[in-house]
Amino acid sequence: MTLNNIWVFAQVANGAPTSATLELLTKARSLSSNVTAIIGGDGASAAALGEYGATKVYAINHGASLPGVAIAAALKSVIDGGDTPDLIMFPQNYEGRDVMSRLSVKLDKTVITNNVDITDGGDGVTVVTPIFGGNTLVSTTFTGAGPFLAAFRPKSFVAESAGGAAAAVTAVSVPDLGAAGAAQVTAVHVEETTGPKLDEADIVVSGGRGLGEAASYAMVEDLAKLLKGAPGASRAIVDAGWVPYSYQVGQTGKVVKPTIYLAAGISGATQHMVGMKGSKNIIAINKDKEAPIFGVADLGIVGDVHKVLPKLIEALKARG
Amino acid sequence: MRRGSRQKEGLEGAWVGYRGYLSVTMGDMNVIVCVKQIPDPAAPGALDGATNTLKRDGKLILDDSDAYGVEMALQLVDKAGGGEVSLVSMAPNGETSGLRTALAMGAAKGVLVSDPALQGSDALTTAKILAAAITRLGGADLIIGATESSDGYTGTVPEQIAELLGLPSVTFAKKVSVEGGVLKVDRQTENGYDEVTCALPALISVTAGVVEPRYPSFKGIMAAKSKPVEEVTASDLGITPVGWAGAGQKISSVTEAEARQAGEIIEDDGETFTKIVGFLENLKVI
Repeated sequence: MTLNNIWVFAQVANGAPTSATLELLTKARSLSSNVTAIIGGDGASAAALGEYGATKVYAINHGASLPGVAIAAALKSVIDGGDTPDLIMFPQNYEGRDVMSRLSVKLDKTVITNNVDITDGGDGVTVVTPIFGGNTLVSTTFTGAGPFLAAFRPKSFVAESAGGAAAAVTAVSVPDLGAAGAAQVTAVHVEETTGPKLDEADIVVSGGRGLGEAASYAMVEDLAKLLKGAPGASRAIVDAGWVPYSYQVGQTGKVVKPTIYLAAGISGATQHMVGMKGSKNIIAINKDKEAPIFGVADLGIVGDVHKVLPKLIEALKARG
Repeated sequence: MRRGSRQKEGLEGAWVGYRGYLSVTMGDMNVIVCVKQIPDPAAPGALDGATNTLKRDGKLILDDSDAYGVEMALQLVDKAGGGEVSLVSMAPNGETSGLRTALAMGAAKGVLVSDPALQGSDALTTAKILAAAITRLGGADLIIGATESSDGYTGTVPEQIAELLGLPSVTFAKKVSVEGGVLKVDRQTENGYDEVTCALPALISVTAGVVEPRYPSFKGIMAAKSKPVEEVTASDLGITPVGWAGAGQKISSVTEAEARQAGEIIEDDGETFTKIVGFLENLKVI
């Protein structure tokens, strides 16, 4: 089929579109010449969104309401008004999931999440989803009429500027949400981190349960700092409260594709592997030589992180 | 009961008793938790070659992700001083072993939607089924789900249920309390968290780690055997079509991903850190 009208759920952080937004816009413009970006807030980012392929921006100011319920309601009003997309692409993250969930009910359309690719062929629009920790790829084709709703994992596509002009901004107001709009944000807390961002760092050093106790995570942070990288974590130690959620690498955390990923005391559960298998080089240190992490490691050390890491840190410090 | 015993403690006890009285007048707290029964995640997953659905023919267990929601619900009801925790679940084969685990933790009853026609249902159909089951239970002050299941991880069902029931929702809750009939949630964000308040009734999805799930006691396990679980079909709830027919999507192919080649694996002899240094040198990062 022909995709005449694609919408991309766009997000802005610190005044600029997020990397996931630029990736989706790049893919969208390869599928259609008519790409609209949906943004919560105002149209201040229209120039950057246009540069990556959006020709139009719907700006939805949702105030203190959570974006999911408000933006979905606003989009439904646009669709009812006559602008019907064939496909809406969402980033696989908190707000993307909330908006697509609410909208799927309003439109009575299925959603397909966790995708890494999309094609538009003679048989229809097909998305690709990795399952079983990425060992198996499932291709799923939308049936029936659009709009098709699909969410994509970060780093599924490579963002490239199209050199496009600033997109035209249309403000869309949020309809009365009734009781469904009762949730209000009263305060925003940002957990400060220093050094490169986890999902953008060239080197990531992650720790897992093999560290034994929360205090040992300091070794992971030291090593990450020495390598000018970012510290990460497995879900196990995030759930245990050793480090904040923002450190988590994996299916329910960040997807990373650094040049070097060093996994210290991580066994390599499916949940974790999904988030780091795309790394260019993987170093793993783990006591259990049967650990699945060694199946993907370029260099695997079967040993105790408490013995290997201090020596490694010392050696790197000695180099200055 | 608690109020009576505290009031005997004198002046301070009377004050505590007054607080107890207040919480009683605010009413009971009834919570419904959406739980999923999944194949044991420790066993390798497999697809049924004929239908391309996840094989669910073995014993099903309570999804770990849902144990947090059950625990959260039990704590909120306990704090409110009255009310009960109910469960809704959907499974193709009448399986209740996972539900029994949640009942053994302390939930009072459950509705299980079990219907062979449910196999292949998409997330939206699942949400419609669970929303109808919630309505069958008469609704609740609070509905709790996990952020995503451990086997299918579509991650949209709780928010879809909220939309179907016309409820406000707060997803990715990492801290939850109810104060004076108002829900207060710390909601996880990309860079930290937001404080969110919301009137009840409402729906939340909770992250793993929001609370520490209790282990069922022996007494709880014995009691769970006789707790009521009503089994209904999709058509009992007035929902058609279900399964692949209602999904709006079809699987066109299943392929194996290109396997990553394993590299050099060595046993640590006290000097292997030099191997790592060498590896980093080769890549010109140090």
